[in-house]
Amino acid sequence: MGRSAGMFESLKGGGAAIALDEIEISILRSLAVQMLELIGPGEPEPAEDADPLAALFTEGPSEPPSDPALARLFPDAYGSPDGTGDEGVDPVELKARAAEFRRYTENDLRARKREDALALVRSLDALTPAGDGAAVLELTGELPLRWLGGLNDLRLTLAARLDITEDDESAALFRLPDDDPRKPMVMAYLWLGGLQESLIETL
Amino acid sequence: MGRVSVAPIEIERTESAEETFAVPEPDVPWVTLVHNDPVNLMSYVAYVFQAYFGYSKDVAHKLMLDVHHKGRAVVSSGTREEMERDVQAMHGYGLWATLSQDRT
Repeated sequence: MGRSAGMFESLKGGGAAIALDEIEISILRSLAVQMLELIGPGEPEPAEDADPLAALFTEGPSEPPSDPALARLFPDAYGSPDGTGDEGVDPVELKARAAEFRRYTENDLRARKREDALALVRSLDALTPAGDGAAVLELTGELPLRWLGGLNDLRLTLAARLDITEDDESAALFRLPDDDPRKPMVMAYLWLGGLQESLIETL
Repeated sequence: MGRVSVAPIEIERTESAEETFAVPEPDVPWVTLVHNDPVNLMSYVAYVFQAYFGYSKDVAHKLMLDVHHKGRAVVSSGTREEMERDVQAMHGYGLWATLSQDRT
């Protein structure tokens, strides 16, 4: 098919395409499904006789998620990590502002990330694999950007699980012995980085 | 200079009042800060600055390098509401962003 293995390439007329083998399809799908489970279900559909305005005023959570991956996906909007710009501001006030922001934004943010992960699952399920289980995934329309966001969320989540917090810490992770239990996750993290990089180049 | 004070109470501030924590001042602009993290790809961060803010490739690249080397960069400024919108958008893209009042 003439496509280099494992990398997105530009499609004529817009969009991106990648050849995936059976294992790659399975790993991507499994990670996206785990992402959906992590983000959790959206707000339940309101009953037919429910006040349509009520949904507009449904408030989200005010506390940051306790799970480190979710906390990274949904960070506080107030209070910079090193205090830059917050000099002289009461920490209690910062926390109150972060809580208020979260109440009005986190549900929307979760919905967007759920949609991106769902787009990954749906486009993988729509593939028609050849006899060996490999297939060419073609992304057009809004799908390249959905995938871009979805792949980034997957990488952020894996990084939180692997506790990648410093630029150079990841370098040590890349030299893990084969029998280290974190090795498969590190390999997936690196692979997704390559996928994302190649997808950006097609935009 | 150039800012008309309509709040005479400002001048009457005593020393003890200065020791209390700062409150948001409506006429001081807010800024959106993007913070460095070891996960987001440099090309992705630059892409987001281009796609969302409409910055040129050069400006987006320079801001990305500032985030990477200095740990953070101011990527936009405006009213508190505008900055909340920008921060929410950055979170949507998976970038680590906060807003604060520009006191520099």
